[in-house]
Amino acid sequence: MKFAEFVGKNHQILLDSLLRHIELVTISVLGGMLLAIPLGIWLTRHRRLAGPVLALAGTVQTIPGLVMLGFALILLGTGMLPAVVVLTLYAILPVLRNTYLGIVEVDRGYTEAARGIGMTDLQMLCSVELPIALPTIVSGIRLSTVYIVSWTTLAGMIGAGGLGDLIWTGLATYNKQYILAGAIPSALLALVLGGLISLLERRLVSAGVRRARV
Amino acid sequence: MSAISTELLQGILQHLLLVSAAVGIATLLGVLLGVVAYWVRGLGNVLLLAAEIIQTIPSLALLALLMILFGLGNTTLVVGLVLYALLPIMRGTHTGLQNISPHLREAARGMGMSRLQRLFGVELPLSFPLIFSGVKIALVNSLSVAVMGVLIGAGGLGGIIYRGIQSLQMQRILLGAVPVVLMALLLEYGMSFVEKWLTNTRRPQTHPLNSPEETI
Repeated sequence: MKFAEFVGKNHQILLDSLLRHIELVTISVLGGMLLAIPLGIWLTRHRRLAGPVLALAGTVQTIPGLVMLGFALILLGTGMLPAVVVLTLYAILPVLRNTYLGIVEVDRGYTEAARGIGMTDLQMLCSVELPIALPTIVSGIRLSTVYIVSWTTLAGMIGAGGLGDLIWTGLATYNKQYILAGAIPSALLALVLGGLISLLERRLVSAGVRRARV
Repeated sequence: MSAISTELLQGILQHLLLVSAAVGIATLLGVLLGVVAYWVRGLGNVLLLAAEIIQTIPSLALLALLMILFGLGNTTLVVGLVLYALLPIMRGTHTGLQNISPHLREAARGMGMSRLQRLFGVELPLSFPLIFSGVKIALVNSLSVAVMGVLIGAGGLGGIIYRGIQSLQMQRILLGAVPVVLMALLLEYGMSFVEKWLTNTRRPQTHPLNSPEETI
Protein backbone atom coordinates (compact mmCIF):
# COMPACT_ATOMS: atom_id res chain seq x y z
CA MET A 1 0.00 0.00 0.00
CA LYS A 2 2.84 2.33 0.89
CA PHE A 3 4.40 1.65 -2.49
CA ALA A 4 1.19 2.56 -4.29
CA GLU A 5 1.12 5.82 -2.36
CA PHE A 6 4.71 6.50 -3.34
CA VAL A 7 3.93 5.87 -7.00
CA GLY A 8 0.87 8.12 -6.82
CA LYS A 9 2.87 10.95 -5.34
CA ASN A 10 5.82 10.64 -7.69
CA HIS A 11 4.20 9.49 -10.90
CA GLN A 12 5.61 12.39 -12.92
CA ILE A 13 9.21 11.57 -11.93
CA LEU A 14 8.62 7.89 -12.62
CA LEU A 15 7.16 8.58 -16.05
CA ASP A 16 10.01 10.94 -16.95
CA SER A 17 12.57 8.37 -15.84
CA LEU A 18 10.89 5.66 -17.89
CA LEU A 19 10.80 7.87 -21.00
CA ARG A 20 14.44 8.88 -20.54
CA HIS A 21 15.33 5.20 -20.15
CA ILE A 22 13.55 4.31 -23.38
CA GLU A 23 15.24 7.25 -25.11
CA LEU A 24 18.71 6.13 -24.02
CA VAL A 25 18.05 2.53 -25.05
CA THR A 26 16.64 3.54 -28.44
CA ILE A 27 19.51 5.87 -29.34
CA SER A 28 22.17 3.39 -28.22
CA VAL A 29 20.70 0.34 -29.90
CA LEU A 30 20.08 2.24 -33.15
CA GLY A 31 23.63 3.61 -32.99
CA GLY A 32 25.00 0.13 -32.35
CA MET A 33 23.02 -1.27 -35.30
CA LEU A 34 24.21 1.51 -37.60
CA LEU A 35 27.81 0.61 -36.81
CA ALA A 36 27.48 -3.15 -36.43
CA ILE A 37 25.39 -4.17 -39.47
CA PRO A 38 27.62 -2.53 -42.15
CA LEU A 39 30.74 -3.74 -40.32
CA GLY A 40 29.30 -7.25 -40.12
CA ILE A 41 28.54 -7.24 -43.86
CA TRP A 42 32.01 -5.90 -44.61
CA LEU A 43 33.52 -8.71 -42.55
CA THR A 44 31.71 -11.33 -44.62
CA ARG A 45 33.63 -9.92 -47.62
CA HIS A 46 36.92 -9.89 -45.71
CA ARG A 47 36.64 -13.08 -43.74
CA ARG A 48 40.26 -13.22 -42.69
CA LEU A 49 39.64 -10.16 -40.51
CA ALA A 50 36.47 -11.57 -38.95
CA GLY A 51 38.25 -13.57 -36.25
CA PRO A 52 40.33 -10.70 -34.85
CA VAL A 53 37.51 -8.12 -35.10
CA LEU A 54 34.98 -10.38 -33.35
CA ALA A 55 37.57 -11.23 -30.68
CA LEU A 56 38.21 -7.54 -30.09
CA ALA A 57 34.50 -6.82 -29.80
CA GLY A 58 34.19 -9.78 -27.44
CA THR A 59 36.95 -8.38 -25.25
CA VAL A 60 35.19 -5.02 -25.02
CA GLN A 61 32.11 -6.93 -23.90
CA THR A 62 33.95 -8.50 -20.94
CA ILE A 63 34.82 -5.08 -19.51
CA PRO A 64 32.38 -4.57 -16.62
CA GLY A 65 29.80 -1.83 -17.20
CA LEU A 66 30.83 0.04 -14.07
CA VAL A 67 34.38 0.36 -15.43
CA MET A 68 33.35 1.68 -18.85
CA LEU A 69 31.02 4.19 -17.25
CA GLY A 70 33.80 5.23 -14.91
CA PHE A 71 36.09 5.91 -17.88
CA ALA A 72 33.36 7.79 -19.68
CA LEU A 73 32.78 9.89 -16.57
CA ILE A 74 36.45 10.85 -16.38
CA LEU A 75 36.92 11.43 -20.11
CA LEU A 76 33.55 12.92 -21.09
CA GLY A 77 32.00 14.13 -17.87
CA THR A 78 28.43 13.51 -16.70
CA GLY A 79 25.15 13.49 -18.58
CA MET A 80 23.58 11.67 -21.48
CA LEU A 81 26.43 11.85 -24.00
CA PRO A 82 29.00 9.72 -22.14
CA ALA A 83 26.27 7.20 -21.33
CA VAL A 84 25.19 6.96 -24.97
CA VAL A 85 28.82 6.46 -26.09
CA VAL A 86 29.34 3.58 -23.66
CA LEU A 87 25.97 1.99 -24.31
CA THR A 88 26.44 2.14 -28.08
CA LEU A 89 29.79 0.41 -27.70
CA TYR A 90 28.11 -2.39 -25.75
CA ALA A 91 25.29 -2.66 -28.29
CA ILE A 92 27.68 -3.49 -31.14
CA LEU A 93 28.88 -7.00 -30.38
CA PRO A 94 25.69 -9.10 -30.47
CA VAL A 95 24.50 -7.41 -33.68
CA LEU A 96 27.94 -7.63 -35.29
CA ARG A 97 28.35 -11.27 -34.42
CA ASN A 98 24.89 -12.26 -35.61
CA THR A 99 25.09 -10.23 -38.82
CA TYR A 100 28.37 -11.90 -39.70
CA LEU A 101 27.28 -15.43 -38.73
CA GLY A 102 23.83 -15.01 -40.25
CA ILE A 103 25.29 -14.17 -43.65
CA VAL A 104 28.17 -16.64 -43.49
CA GLU A 105 25.76 -19.44 -42.66
CA VAL A 106 23.51 -18.83 -45.67
CA ASP A 107 23.43 -22.11 -47.55
CA ARG A 108 25.95 -22.14 -50.40
CA GLY A 109 23.25 -23.46 -52.69
CA TYR A 110 21.47 -20.11 -52.53
CA THR A 111 24.52 -17.92 -53.06
CA GLU A 112 25.77 -20.05 -55.92
CA ALA A 113 22.36 -20.01 -57.57
CA ALA A 114 22.31 -16.23 -57.19
CA ARG A 115 25.73 -15.92 -58.75
CA GLY A 116 24.72 -18.39 -61.45
CA ILE A 117 21.84 -16.22 -62.62
CA GLY A 118 24.25 -13.30 -62.87
CA MET A 119 23.49 -11.28 -59.75
CA THR A 120 26.03 -8.65 -58.77
CA ASP A 121 27.50 -8.68 -55.29
CA LEU A 122 25.10 -5.95 -54.15
CA GLN A 123 22.06 -7.70 -55.62
CA MET A 124 23.07 -10.92 -53.96
CA LEU A 125 23.46 -9.15 -50.64
CA CYS A 126 20.14 -7.34 -50.78
CA SER A 127 17.90 -9.99 -52.25
CA VAL A 128 19.49 -13.24 -51.07
CA GLU A 129 21.86 -12.97 -48.13
CA LEU A 130 20.22 -10.28 -46.01
CA PRO A 131 16.65 -11.65 -46.27
CA ILE A 132 17.83 -15.11 -45.25
CA ALA A 133 20.04 -13.78 -42.46
CA LEU A 134 17.42 -11.33 -41.19
CA PRO A 135 15.99 -13.45 -38.34
CA THR A 136 19.52 -14.08 -37.02
CA ILE A 137 20.35 -10.38 -37.23
CA VAL A 138 17.13 -9.45 -35.43
CA SER A 139 17.96 -12.01 -32.77
CA GLY A 140 21.23 -10.12 -32.24
CA ILE A 141 19.30 -6.86 -31.98
CA ARG A 142 17.06 -8.45 -29.36
CA LEU A 143 20.09 -9.50 -27.30
CA SER A 144 21.58 -6.02 -27.62
CA THR A 145 18.34 -4.40 -26.53
CA VAL A 146 17.97 -6.58 -23.45
CA TYR A 147 21.61 -5.95 -22.49
CA ILE A 148 21.28 -2.24 -23.05
CA VAL A 149 18.14 -1.91 -20.94
CA SER A 150 20.25 -3.46 -18.19
CA TRP A 151 23.38 -1.35 -18.75
CA THR A 152 21.25 1.80 -18.91
CA THR A 153 20.21 1.32 -15.29
CA LEU A 154 23.92 1.63 -14.45
CA ALA A 155 24.17 4.87 -16.41
CA GLY A 156 22.22 6.54 -13.60
CA MET A 157 25.59 6.59 -11.86
CA ILE A 158 26.95 9.23 -14.24
CA GLY A 159 23.86 11.38 -14.26
CA ALA A 160 22.29 10.15 -17.48
CA GLY A 161 18.91 9.83 -15.82
CA GLY A 162 16.54 6.98 -16.52
CA LEU A 163 15.17 4.31 -14.21
CA GLY A 164 18.66 3.60 -12.88
CA ASP A 165 18.61 7.02 -11.26
CA LEU A 166 15.80 5.86 -8.99
CA ILE A 167 17.65 2.66 -8.09
CA TRP A 168 20.84 4.60 -7.31
CA THR A 169 18.92 7.02 -5.14
CA GLY A 170 17.29 4.08 -3.39
CA LEU A 171 20.62 2.34 -2.82
CA ALA A 172 22.31 5.50 -1.58
CA THR A 173 19.56 6.38 0.89
CA TYR A 174 18.45 2.81 1.61
CA ASN A 175 14.96 3.71 0.43
CA LYS A 176 12.96 0.66 -0.65
CA GLN A 177 10.32 2.65 -2.51
CA TYR A 178 12.88 4.19 -4.85
CA ILE A 179 14.52 0.82 -5.48
CA LEU A 180 11.18 -0.80 -6.31
CA ALA A 181 10.12 2.16 -8.46
CA GLY A 182 13.28 1.81 -10.57
CA ALA A 183 13.79 -1.94 -10.53
CA ILE A 184 10.29 -3.16 -11.39
CA PRO A 185 9.73 -0.95 -14.47
CA SER A 186 13.25 -1.63 -15.78
CA ALA A 187 12.73 -5.38 -15.44
CA LEU A 188 9.35 -5.12 -17.18
CA LEU A 189 10.84 -2.94 -19.91
CA ALA A 190 13.53 -5.54 -20.63
CA LEU A 191 10.95 -8.34 -20.72
CA VAL A 192 8.50 -6.46 -22.93
CA LEU A 193 11.11 -5.25 -25.44
CA GLY A 194 12.74 -8.69 -25.56
CA GLY A 195 9.34 -10.33 -26.10
CA LEU A 196 8.29 -7.91 -28.84
CA ILE A 197 11.51 -8.31 -30.82
CA SER A 198 11.22 -12.07 -30.37
CA LEU A 199 7.79 -11.96 -32.02
CA LEU A 200 9.19 -9.87 -34.87
CA GLU A 201 12.04 -12.35 -35.25
CA ARG A 202 9.63 -15.19 -35.87
CA ARG A 203 7.67 -13.27 -38.51
CA LEU A 204 10.79 -12.34 -40.42
CA VAL A 205 11.76 -15.76 -41.71
CA SER A 206 11.85 -15.12 -45.44
CA ALA A 207 8.84 -16.49 -47.34
CA GLY A 208 11.02 -18.55 -49.66
CA VAL A 209 12.91 -20.14 -46.80
CA ARG A 210 9.66 -20.87 -44.97
CA ARG A 211 8.31 -22.65 -48.03
CA ALA A 212 11.52 -24.60 -48.47
CA ARG A 213 11.33 -25.82 -44.87
CA VAL A 214 7.82 -27.22 -45.29
CA MET B 1 52.40 0.58 -2.61
CA SER B 2 52.24 -2.49 -0.43
CA ALA B 3 48.92 -1.39 1.04
CA ILE B 4 47.52 -1.18 -2.48
CA SER B 5 48.91 -4.54 -3.55
CA THR B 6 47.48 -6.18 -0.44
CA GLU B 7 44.13 -4.60 -1.21
CA LEU B 8 44.34 -5.78 -4.81
CA LEU B 9 45.29 -9.32 -3.87
CA GLN B 10 42.50 -9.44 -1.34
CA GLY B 11 40.06 -8.09 -3.91
CA ILE B 12 41.06 -10.69 -6.50
CA LEU B 13 40.79 -13.55 -4.02
CA GLN B 14 37.43 -12.37 -2.73
CA HIS B 15 36.16 -11.87 -6.25
CA LEU B 16 37.19 -15.38 -7.26
CA LEU B 17 35.78 -16.86 -4.08
CA LEU B 18 32.39 -15.18 -4.51
CA VAL B 19 32.17 -16.14 -8.18
CA SER B 20 33.21 -19.75 -7.64
CA ALA B 21 30.86 -20.17 -4.70
CA ALA B 22 27.98 -18.83 -6.77
CA VAL B 23 28.77 -20.82 -9.92
CA GLY B 24 29.38 -23.94 -7.80
CA ILE B 25 25.92 -23.69 -6.27
CA ALA B 26 24.41 -22.77 -9.64
CA THR B 27 26.02 -25.82 -11.28
CA LEU B 28 24.51 -28.23 -8.76
CA LEU B 29 21.14 -26.53 -8.94
CA GLY B 30 21.23 -25.96 -12.70
CA VAL B 31 22.11 -29.56 -13.58
CA LEU B 32 19.42 -30.80 -11.19
CA LEU B 33 16.81 -28.49 -12.74
CA GLY B 34 18.05 -29.36 -16.23
CA VAL B 35 17.49 -33.04 -15.49
CA VAL B 36 14.03 -32.30 -14.07
CA ALA B 37 13.26 -30.28 -17.20
CA TYR B 38 14.32 -33.24 -19.32
CA TRP B 39 12.30 -35.78 -17.38
CA VAL B 40 9.12 -33.74 -16.95
CA ARG B 41 8.63 -31.94 -20.23
CA GLY B 42 5.73 -29.63 -19.24
CA LEU B 43 7.49 -28.50 -16.08
CA GLY B 44 10.71 -28.15 -18.04
CA ASN B 45 9.36 -25.44 -20.29
CA VAL B 46 8.09 -23.52 -17.28
CA LEU B 47 11.46 -23.81 -15.52
CA LEU B 48 13.43 -22.68 -18.58
CA LEU B 49 11.06 -19.77 -19.13
CA ALA B 50 11.43 -18.72 -15.49
CA ALA B 51 15.22 -18.82 -15.73
CA GLU B 52 15.06 -16.81 -18.93
CA ILE B 53 12.88 -14.15 -17.32
CA ILE B 54 15.32 -13.86 -14.39
CA GLN B 55 18.17 -13.51 -16.86
CA THR B 56 16.38 -10.64 -18.61
CA ILE B 57 16.03 -8.56 -15.42
CA PRO B 58 18.70 -5.81 -15.38
CA SER B 59 21.45 -6.80 -12.97
CA LEU B 60 21.37 -3.58 -10.97
CA ALA B 61 17.61 -3.99 -10.56
CA LEU B 62 17.90 -7.63 -9.48
CA LEU B 63 20.69 -6.93 -7.00
CA ALA B 64 18.83 -3.95 -5.55
CA LEU B 65 15.65 -6.03 -5.17
CA LEU B 66 17.61 -8.85 -3.52
CA MET B 67 19.15 -6.33 -1.17
CA ILE B 68 15.68 -5.46 0.08
CA LEU B 69 15.14 -9.16 0.84
CA PHE B 70 18.56 -10.22 2.12
CA GLY B 71 20.18 -6.99 3.29
CA LEU B 72 23.69 -5.79 2.52
CA GLY B 73 26.57 -8.22 2.11
CA ASN B 74 28.18 -11.11 0.30
CA THR B 75 25.18 -13.43 0.64
CA THR B 76 23.00 -11.13 -1.42
CA LEU B 77 25.58 -10.98 -4.20
CA VAL B 78 25.98 -14.76 -4.24
CA VAL B 79 22.19 -15.22 -4.46
CA GLY B 80 22.08 -12.80 -7.40
CA LEU B 81 24.98 -14.49 -9.18
CA VAL B 82 23.39 -17.92 -8.68
CA LEU B 83 20.13 -16.68 -10.19
CA TYR B 84 21.97 -15.33 -13.25
CA ALA B 85 24.12 -18.43 -13.64
CA LEU B 86 21.17 -20.83 -13.58
CA LEU B 87 19.95 -20.27 -17.13
CA PRO B 88 23.09 -21.14 -19.13
CA ILE B 89 23.76 -24.23 -17.00
CA MET B 90 20.16 -25.42 -17.05
CA ARG B 91 19.93 -24.85 -20.77
CA GLY B 92 23.24 -26.62 -21.41
CA THR B 93 22.13 -29.64 -19.39
CA HIS B 94 18.70 -29.76 -20.97
CA THR B 95 19.97 -29.37 -24.55
CA GLY B 96 22.74 -31.88 -23.91
CA LEU B 97 20.30 -34.48 -22.61
CA GLN B 98 17.86 -33.90 -25.45
CA ASN B 99 20.53 -34.21 -28.11
CA ILE B 100 21.51 -37.72 -27.11
CA SER B 101 20.92 -40.05 -30.00
CA PRO B 102 17.82 -42.21 -29.51
CA HIS B 103 19.89 -45.30 -30.34
CA LEU B 104 22.10 -44.81 -27.31
CA ARG B 105 19.10 -44.18 -25.11
CA GLU B 106 17.39 -47.31 -26.43
CA ALA B 107 20.54 -49.36 -25.97
CA ALA B 108 20.81 -48.28 -22.33
CA ARG B 109 17.17 -49.11 -21.78
CA GLY B 110 17.59 -52.43 -23.56
CA MET B 111 20.42 -53.40 -21.23
CA GLY B 112 17.94 -53.09 -18.38
CA MET B 113 19.44 -49.99 -16.81
CA SER B 114 17.19 -48.13 -14.40
CA ARG B 115 16.35 -44.48 -14.92
CA LEU B 116 19.04 -43.31 -12.50
CA GLN B 117 21.63 -45.70 -13.92
CA ARG B 118 20.88 -44.37 -17.39
CA LEU B 119 21.19 -40.82 -16.13
CA PHE B 120 24.53 -41.24 -14.38
CA GLY B 121 26.03 -43.94 -16.58
CA VAL B 122 25.01 -42.75 -20.03
CA GLU B 123 23.05 -39.54 -20.33
CA LEU B 124 24.94 -37.10 -18.09
CA PRO B 125 28.40 -38.19 -19.31
CA LEU B 126 27.27 -37.71 -22.92
CA SER B 127 25.86 -34.27 -22.09
CA PHE B 128 29.02 -33.18 -20.34
CA PRO B 129 30.40 -30.98 -23.14
CA LEU B 130 27.25 -28.87 -23.22
CA ILE B 131 27.02 -28.65 -19.44
CA PHE B 132 30.63 -27.50 -19.50
CA SER B 133 29.76 -24.77 -22.04
CA GLY B 134 26.94 -23.61 -19.80
CA VAL B 135 29.29 -23.39 -16.81
CA LYS B 136 31.76 -21.42 -18.92
CA ILE B 137 29.14 -18.84 -19.91
CA ALA B 138 28.00 -18.62 -16.29
CA LEU B 139 31.55 -18.07 -14.99
CA VAL B 140 32.45 -15.37 -17.50
CA ASN B 141 29.16 -13.52 -16.87
CA SER B 142 29.46 -13.80 -13.10
CA LEU B 143 32.95 -12.30 -13.07
CA SER B 144 31.58 -9.14 -14.62
CA VAL B 145 28.31 -8.98 -12.65
CA ALA B 146 30.19 -9.51 -9.37
CA VAL B 147 31.81 -6.09 -9.82
CA MET B 148 28.42 -4.61 -8.98
CA GLY B 149 28.55 -6.35 -5.61
CA VAL B 150 30.16 -3.24 -4.18
CA LEU B 151 26.82 -1.45 -4.52
CA ILE B 152 25.13 -3.91 -2.18
CA GLY B 153 27.98 -4.10 0.30
CA ALA B 154 29.75 -7.22 -1.00
CA GLY B 155 33.51 -7.62 -1.37
CA GLY B 156 35.60 -8.26 -4.48
CA LEU B 157 37.24 -6.05 -7.06
CA GLY B 158 34.19 -3.81 -7.39
CA GLY B 159 35.29 -1.87 -4.30
CA ILE B 160 38.58 -0.78 -5.87
CA ILE B 161 36.84 0.19 -9.10
CA TYR B 162 34.07 2.10 -7.38
CA ARG B 163 36.45 4.07 -5.16
CA GLY B 164 38.42 4.90 -8.30
CA ILE B 165 35.28 6.24 -9.96
CA GLN B 166 34.34 8.28 -6.91
CA SER B 167 37.79 9.87 -6.72
CA LEU B 168 37.98 10.16 -10.54
CA GLN B 169 41.28 8.26 -10.62
CA MET B 170 41.76 6.35 -13.86
CA GLN B 171 44.60 4.25 -12.43
CA ARG B 172 42.51 3.03 -9.52
CA ILE B 173 39.72 1.98 -11.87
CA LEU B 174 42.20 0.15 -14.08
CA LEU B 175 43.79 -1.51 -11.07
CA GLY B 176 40.48 -3.18 -10.31
CA ALA B 177 39.29 -3.62 -13.88
CA VAL B 178 42.32 -5.23 -15.51
CA PRO B 179 42.24 -8.33 -13.26
CA VAL B 180 38.51 -8.76 -13.94
CA VAL B 181 38.96 -8.58 -17.71
CA LEU B 182 42.05 -10.82 -17.65
CA MET B 183 40.30 -13.46 -15.58
CA ALA B 184 37.27 -13.33 -17.88
CA LEU B 185 39.39 -13.68 -21.03
CA LEU B 186 41.53 -16.42 -19.52
CA LEU B 187 38.44 -18.43 -18.57
CA GLU B 188 36.75 -17.74 -21.90
CA TYR B 189 39.67 -18.89 -24.02
CA GLY B 190 40.90 -21.63 -21.67
CA MET B 191 37.49 -23.21 -21.31
CA SER B 192 36.63 -22.77 -25.00
CA PHE B 193 39.76 -24.74 -25.79
CA VAL B 194 38.71 -27.57 -23.46
CA GLU B 195 35.20 -27.32 -24.88
CA LYS B 196 36.39 -27.83 -28.44
CA TRP B 197 38.47 -30.78 -27.37
CA LEU B 198 35.50 -32.28 -25.53
CA THR B 199 33.11 -31.88 -28.44
CA ASN B 200 35.59 -33.14 -30.99
CA THR B 201 36.61 -36.25 -29.11
CA ARG B 202 33.26 -37.15 -27.70
CA ARG B 203 30.70 -36.27 -30.26
CA PRO B 204 31.50 -35.06 -33.74
CA GLN B 205 28.41 -32.95 -34.30
CA THR B 206 27.43 -29.31 -34.43
CA HIS B 207 27.41 -27.58 -31.14
CA PRO B 208 24.07 -25.90 -30.47
CA LEU B 209 25.33 -23.55 -27.76
CA ASN B 210 27.89 -21.95 -30.02
CA SER B 211 27.18 -19.79 -33.07
CA PRO B 212 24.82 -17.72 -33.67
CA GLU B 213 24.17 -16.25 -30.26
CA GLU B 214 20.86 -17.39 -28.92
CA THR B 215 21.42 -17.32 -25.20
CA ILE B 216 21.38 -14.15 -23.22
